[in-house]
Amino acid sequence: MIDVLYFAWVRERIGLPRERIETGAVTVAQLVEELRGREERYAAAFADLSSLRVALDQELASFDAPLAGVREVAFFPPMTGG
Amino acid sequence: MRIVIQPEAFDLGAEVSAFTAGVRGAGAVVSFTGLVRDEGGSLSGMEIEHYPGMTEKAIRGIAEEAVRRWALGDALVIHRYGKLAPGEAIMMVATAAPHRADAFAAAEYLMDYLKSRAPFWKKELSAGGEAWVAAKDADEDALKRW
Repeated sequence: MIDVLYFAWVRERIGLPRERIETGAVTVAQLVEELRGREERYAAAFADLSSLRVALDQELASFDAPLAGVREVAFFPPMTGG
Repeated sequence: MRIVIQPEAFDLGAEVSAFTAGVRGAGAVVSFTGLVRDEGGSLSGMEIEHYPGMTEKAIRGIAEEAVRRWALGDALVIHRYGKLAPGEAIMMVATAAPHRADAFAAAEYLMDYLKSRAPFWKKELSAGGEAWVAAKDADEDALKRW
């Protein structure tokens, strides 16, 4: 089981802030593929990966990063702090 | 080093005074404050979302790097989240160093990294609706100078 978190417009598009997922995905990209195939709202949120960032256990990562040992995956748009 | 993430407003003067009183051996303290713009009166406010847990960790990492690079005496970052009105302070950084050039550079470094590496997302609220603020390429480019 893995916790998947969504922020900002990703959260709004999908309609929830977090969920627990049972997945066999080996990489982030595979998890994204799996989510895209679920429902239209997921497909819409993950339509353009260049406008998304991913964090694994609260550290920025790339979409080809492995999920082994990861407990928390977060998807969000580029950050706008400051 | 103090990192504070809170919805409440902060007292800029009191924060800078306390920060300055707490550092030893510094010859310069620089502080920067970011405010909610009103964009010519069109904005009614701003809503800031963040990623609890990662936010603190990311900012601590950025501040530790600044302290290391410029041998800072101390650094302070306060960043708010939630609903803010135009003119309100969103965040502040303060840096203390032996000389001003390092204190200024470290404050700019903190700001550049907070903009695109700390997990905050801003949404602008106006009479016409609401819109997420898009990250600018310039903000990402700003990191290259460090």
